[in-house]
Amino acid sequence: MYQHNAFDQAFLRNRNTQFRAQVERRLSGSLTEDEFKPLRLMNGVYLQLHAYMLRAAIPYGTLSADQMRVLAEVAERWDRGYGHFTTRQNIQFNWVALTDIPDILDHMETVGLHAIQTSGNCIRNTTTDALAGAAADEIADPRPYAELIRQWSTDHAEFQFLPRKFKIAITGSPDDRAAIAAHDVGLQLVEQGGEIGFRVLVGGGLGRTPMLAQELRPFLPSAELLPYLEAILSAYNLAGRRDNKYKARIKITVFEHGIDTFRQAVEDQFARIRPAYTGEDQQLLAEIAAQFTLPDLRENMAEYDATTRKVDPLYAAWAAQAVSAHKRADHASVTVALKVAGEEPGDASADQMRALADIAARYGYNELRITHSQNVVLPHVAREDLPAVHAALLRAGLAAANMGKLSDIIACPGMDYCALATARSIPLAQEIAQHFQTIGLEDEIGALNLKISGCINACGHHHLGHIGILGLDRAGAENYQITIGGHEGDSTHPAAIGEKMGPGFAYEAVVPALERLLRAYLELRNGAEETFLEAVRRLGLAPFRAALYAEVSDAA
Amino acid sequence: MSHPKAKVISANDLRAGHTVYRTATGGWSRYITQAEVITDEAEAQLHLLDAIGHATVVVGAYLVDVTQGPEGPVPVALRERFRAQGPSIQPTKQRSTPEARHVSA
Repeated sequence: MYQHNAFDQAFLRNRNTQFRAQVERRLSGSLTEDEFKPLRLMNGVYLQLHAYMLRAAIPYGTLSADQMRVLAEVAERWDRGYGHFTTRQNIQFNWVALTDIPDILDHMETVGLHAIQTSGNCIRNTTTDALAGAAADEIADPRPYAELIRQWSTDHAEFQFLPRKFKIAITGSPDDRAAIAAHDVGLQLVEQGGEIGFRVLVGGGLGRTPMLAQELRPFLPSAELLPYLEAILSAYNLAGRRDNKYKARIKITVFEHGIDTFRQAVEDQFARIRPAYTGEDQQLLAEIAAQFTLPDLRENMAEYDATTRKVDPLYAAWAAQAVSAHKRADHASVTVALKVAGEEPGDASADQMRALADIAARYGYNELRITHSQNVVLPHVAREDLPAVHAALLRAGLAAANMGKLSDIIACPGMDYCALATARSIPLAQEIAQHFQTIGLEDEIGALNLKISGCINACGHHHLGHIGILGLDRAGAENYQITIGGHEGDSTHPAAIGEKMGPGFAYEAVVPALERLLRAYLELRNGAEETFLEAVRRLGLAPFRAALYAEVSDAA
Repeated sequence: MSHPKAKVISANDLRAGHTVYRTATGGWSRYITQAEVITDEAEAQLHLLDAIGHATVVVGAYLVDVTQGPEGPVPVALRERFRAQGPSIQPTKQRSTPEARHVSA
């Protein structure tokens, strides 16, 4: 993992000192709220419905055990004993006082964590595949590039006041585990003739105008990453709209100008910028990459995993969902679900964070990842230790085996916390998960990606859910639109935006509607092997729409 | 009887961030039941100006439409009902809510 050097430390300390003084000036009245707001946002501080919210960056989703312990301490000492992991691999503390935030930031700095550029119209935390550096199917490790982007983009003078926020995601494998098509810039590591490079996508984003990113370059040599990103940002900074907040993201710039015109603008900038890069960035990349080597993986009795699966059905059921292939066969990556049915999706208590840190320290070479599905990953675990990891997770209430199933719901904070939300997300997610567990259909339904957003800004990525739910306010009451057929994209199918089915449902009508929809799927599918999404692709939307609205038309 | 134009003034506490309501004495309470209900438009604007002046105590003061319920004012908008009552969920991973801290100006 990347260790902060003396420069990084001094930079963070200086930034924290500045922010402490800014808070003091706000409290004394020397700064007005209008003057203070952009300063607090640059440091990840929002004012939500009931409290301040601090969004701390988890760089490219990677945490050490010590960093996770510090997050647990922050949760316990300054919040209500928990944290909320987000779809951009960050963590949000929902109940912090402004007066405590300078101390929180100082405490996080002791382990190299910060909240810089987690908000504002700048380049945000670069997200990656949570299995980066471990996955068996990886072309190359995206983390060194993500760290290079962090260093390049942090306080980059030219890109502090972009037309709008800017999000970059990198996947290192053909199976996109970073939802790159939904980002302003999506990067996919590819190999061409023995050379590593990037397939570059641009102009993706969800929100009120969902668009999938388009290809800007099929192959960009990896050495040209920074000048090319700088060219994209420069072109966007010039052409992006500042007259209308809702038309300011790069997806609208690309849409309005057309991908070919925008590509030409990028290439023009690239021709200007490229000569200025004379190799220092590649030297820096080499220094960074040296810190992202595999841990010294130990030899172990890997077969203990397989033999335990034969005799322990509970373990076998968990392992079938939670364990994925590692690039070294006697190791595995473990996904830990933060989505126990009936609990708040993506939340972890301080005790759970500490348990995860302990498990990572004992069995996981001190490494943890946060996934864009709001779960946690132990990227490197010796197969021999998997049964012990399962037992430790069971004790911490973290051994749910629901990854990729209905109750593994992505949900934004919604109206319960968020100042922008128009409807609740969390309680709906809890009710859906509990209902399908109670009626015993979750396992029969199998692979299903359900995503809930509490407003049109789509933080819950509902457009990409096999089933997406969007909560709106209709004449003072919560109303939920259902979309079907969304997909994040993988090696066999490109990403797709779900289609809206029809009129929305009242809060209490959502669970019955979903049950009608999913019972229809069970009736219509070609055996248990055909997933919900595959059935939708084969049959089209009509039978599913009919099932959703069956009760409505019966009553009419 | 609820007045069609009844309003209260709400804001967030500058230091702690929590939702607060302006009381009849010009102070701030965490409870909407203690909020001053204003039915005169001009008076509402004057009190709002006063509230905005409390810039080192609260942030973002604004008027909230309410109806008069049996236990005091009830916001009209869904969002404001959540602000008044707090999150609707029964949290499973959070510590219980700390004791309400009143603020005053």
